[in-house]
Amino acid sequence: MAEYVWPAAGDRLHIGKHISRLDGPVKATGRAKYAYDVNRRGMLWAIMVQSPHAHARITAIDTSAAEAMDGVVKVHIIQDVGTEIQWAHDEIVAVAATSEEVARDGAAAVKIEYEVLPHFVNERAVDEAPDAQPAQEETTGDPAAAMAAAATKSSGSYHVAQIAHCSLESHGQVAEWQDEETVTLWASTQAISGVASQLGEQIGIPASNVHVETQYMGGGFGSKFSVDRWGVVCAQIARDTGRPVKLMLDRDQEVSVAGARPSTHAEVSTGADADGNVVAWDSKSWGSGGPAGANSPPLPYVFAFDNQTHMHTSVPTNTGPARAWRAPRHPQACLVTMRALEDLAHAAGMDPLDFFLRNIEKTGERASTYVEELEKGAELMGWRDRWRPRGSGTGTVRSGLGLALHTWGGRGHRSNCEVLAYRDGLVEARIGSQDLGTGTRTIIALVLAETFGVGLEQVKVTMGRSVLPASGASGGSTTVGGVSGATRRAALNAVDAVFERIAPRLGTEMANLELRNGELHFKDGSMAAMPWRQAATLIGVNPVSATGANPGPGQLNDSGVGGIQMADVSVDMETGVVSINRMVAVQDCGLILDMKLAESQVYGSLIMGVTYALTEERVFDPHTGQMLNPDMEFYKLAGIEDVGEMIVHMMTGPGYDERGVIGLGEPPVIAPGAAIANAATNATGVPINEMPMTPERVLAAINGGMA
Amino acid sequence: MRAFEYSSPRTAEDAIRMLSAEGAVALAGGTDLLSLMKDGAAAPSRLVNLKAIPDLTGAHETDGGLHIGATTRLGPLGEHRVIRESFPAVAQAIAGVRSRQVLSMRTVGGDLLQRPRCWYFRAGFGLVPMHDGQSMAKTGDNRYHAIFGNAGDAVFVNPSSLAPPLIALGASATVLGPDGERTVRVEDLYRTPASSDESEFTLGAAEIVTGVTIPMRSSRNATYEIRNRKGFDWPLAAASVAASDGGARVVLGHAAPTPWMSAAAAGALAGGISEASAEAAGDAAVADAAALSGNGYKIQLARVAVKRAALAAM
Repeated sequence: MAEYVWPAAGDRLHIGKHISRLDGPVKATGRAKYAYDVNRRGMLWAIMVQSPHAHARITAIDTSAAEAMDGVVKVHIIQDVGTEIQWAHDEIVAVAATSEEVARDGAAAVKIEYEVLPHFVNERAVDEAPDAQPAQEETTGDPAAAMAAAATKSSGSYHVAQIAHCSLESHGQVAEWQDEETVTLWASTQAISGVASQLGEQIGIPASNVHVETQYMGGGFGSKFSVDRWGVVCAQIARDTGRPVKLMLDRDQEVSVAGARPSTHAEVSTGADADGNVVAWDSKSWGSGGPAGANSPPLPYVFAFDNQTHMHTSVPTNTGPARAWRAPRHPQACLVTMRALEDLAHAAGMDPLDFFLRNIEKTGERASTYVEELEKGAELMGWRDRWRPRGSGTGTVRSGLGLALHTWGGRGHRSNCEVLAYRDGLVEARIGSQDLGTGTRTIIALVLAETFGVGLEQVKVTMGRSVLPASGASGGSTTVGGVSGATRRAALNAVDAVFERIAPRLGTEMANLELRNGELHFKDGSMAAMPWRQAATLIGVNPVSATGANPGPGQLNDSGVGGIQMADVSVDMETGVVSINRMVAVQDCGLILDMKLAESQVYGSLIMGVTYALTEERVFDPHTGQMLNPDMEFYKLAGIEDVGEMIVHMMTGPGYDERGVIGLGEPPVIAPGAAIANAATNATGVPINEMPMTPERVLAAINGGMA
Repeated sequence: MRAFEYSSPRTAEDAIRMLSAEGAVALAGGTDLLSLMKDGAAAPSRLVNLKAIPDLTGAHETDGGLHIGATTRLGPLGEHRVIRESFPAVAQAIAGVRSRQVLSMRTVGGDLLQRPRCWYFRAGFGLVPMHDGQSMAKTGDNRYHAIFGNAGDAVFVNPSSLAPPLIALGASATVLGPDGERTVRVEDLYRTPASSDESEFTLGAAEIVTGVTIPMRSSRNATYEIRNRKGFDWPLAAASVAASDGGARVVLGHAAPTPWMSAAAAGALAGGISEASAEAAGDAAVADAAALSGNGYKIQLARVAVKRAALAAM
């Protein structure tokens, strides 16, 4: 029987190499079809009417003018009279028409009346919050006594604004019913299997009758796990009208209602002994991600101190609700912790690199990894030669260095895979997973090709359909471990099944066969090696089929990574403009299947991190509670000119590879903001404690006007 | 989207006739108008395309200076020899646009007459949005709003990239309308509306800008912009300086409901540009600036923009 392990370093055909994503060409040429690109015969367009008020009760809905319009086929009331609306842009009515233009006109003709209620959108002013919810204090040791005895003390307040997911492809789907009991949904989703179940329940048909299809998708970042109200509405209108319906969110809806990362505001006091050992931590935080407030960030982050206390207050606001945003709660906790520790290092008169190393045992089981990574990062950044104490710079433009640590789990999710080997030599993986753009399709293909010892052109990946063997949602860095484990096991089982079928036809035993380098080999040398495609002809007309699952036998994946990032920034002291010179990211994630895709994940994370560090935030109007920047003009994403030089180093080899595969989606996006804020602090000589670090905020800090 | 007529005349005179109809709007590069229409902030019943009028495009030297047709695209204009050699303030303002797509489409006239980017205006609250009898932007989030000329209810900022350098260089605009042609100083194209019912431009009904002329006076000139993002982003402050033996002109962009001329800053540079006079010009430029509730930082940025524009022109 197969041994469920990854091949040893010397035996790897594809694993660990720089392999380009297989769907790059179809994406670059526009042949890849996203949910938005799906157009069905007779299809209707649906547009949703949204509330202009952040908090209101619906008192009347008049759809008659819309219904009377030529081309309007269906007006669907999503939330009826009497409903209390809790955020602006919430969906009230959907209008489906024969064209997008008519649907828009129809939506504009719907008249909705509201009783406007008081709203609250400025959670930073926690004292004004109508419904703040303090949680229990969590305390270890005796922080007050430890603080009193500390040789060095520091305190500060740190702020991370609310941001959106702003997926390039907005949320939405096309729905089409095949018959009264069966519907297909072409959805932009991170969870094809989950969405099928959710939709089935909500519209009252068996989950098995919901076919969800997602071949390509343009970003989710944690905001696309649910079928969502608009998915249900789309399917309902399609059923009511007997026609396919497309309903995609506009950009303003996307950034207003389809996902937010909660804000975090924190006041922190820290203390260290005379040797620079952190002895006390005290933090109070608050924040909001909409009507449900916000869960506590994990403070202190990465480190656990003997004497620490933390209290969090959740602040509900009348803003579009939070969704999991890539590494939920971690980037905020990282900013607060790493800025506070940088401030303490400064107070102790220490280089933060030495300070973090001095306290590294307090990170727990990843301590030795962090030490290796910090040394590597310091080498790549030239930290030892280039770091200067805070505020040493002179002149108008001053540079500085900063660093931050992060951690994440990333264990593979539940996943099932079926592998088929055909007599023409093609090997196919069928798996109900989805490729968010991270390269999941490529990972599955290379694991399959690796296991059969064949080139990537010999394998095919069939995925993105909920009728395929169920696989988990793609979130929390769980996909790569899940699909690679399931595919590896299924492929190993399929190789065995092939051997079982063809061995008798070759007059030998299963155990005498092995596949490598595109050939079937006979271990006893009784026959010359045979090309795989020739050997595959012995399979016969019925393909060989085998399945595999994750979790399963053998250790193919693990959980728990640590990474470090360093930033080199310049700050214009007169304008407050922060420029990224260089980012260094050193990351472990166990066994790396595709080095190019892994590095790409980190590059993308750094860009996303630069964005939330410097430019990105949701701005709400105090008068209306509406988001003032629900667009890509003032909801500012970094461009290529903003990101600076990016140096990525992945930890590999002994100590890393044998852990198996660990997810990489979240970890590298956690620390960029903290590293950049520490670098900006080092450069300017004043604490830069707020993200995004806009010229306005940086100037306020430089001018001493920091709130 | 509302259905509209589309016409594409070959002469400016035909364009004026077609624009005389109720609800008619001139279309040039469309980088602003089309997005306004998509957002429902504009709903013209007729679009009159100006790009097919041969006389309105291209730049050439005349006795009066460099004449630039209104539908000349910003990208090619930035490459023009005279602009590069004599009017770096214009070339630098064009470079500040950053978007290759916008540079390929936006025209000189369209740039001068683009509508403000105020987020209340773009959300449909009007150019002078009011809330409970008060200026909505003044009492709301005004981080990108005016630091000059903001005593009234209008506190949006003029977004034109070209207006500051053209005004600094003393350029004039040719305006054609039903009553014929007239020539105005570029700064006279702008006004501060008292309410959302009024226009921020001085053009009359069915009038269009057909071109601008930059006098060929020798000057040291430059534009300096401060943006949050290095790429495509609206400046938080912009300033153009032109200095010659006859004196200096200093114009700020993104600072007031109109392009904002600073006589005080110009006075500081009257004796020539030096590090000291540039510093003094920056200080003088913002001496009468007035912060709203959330845009005080823009005063410092305006000061620095003026100083750096002067230093760049030195």
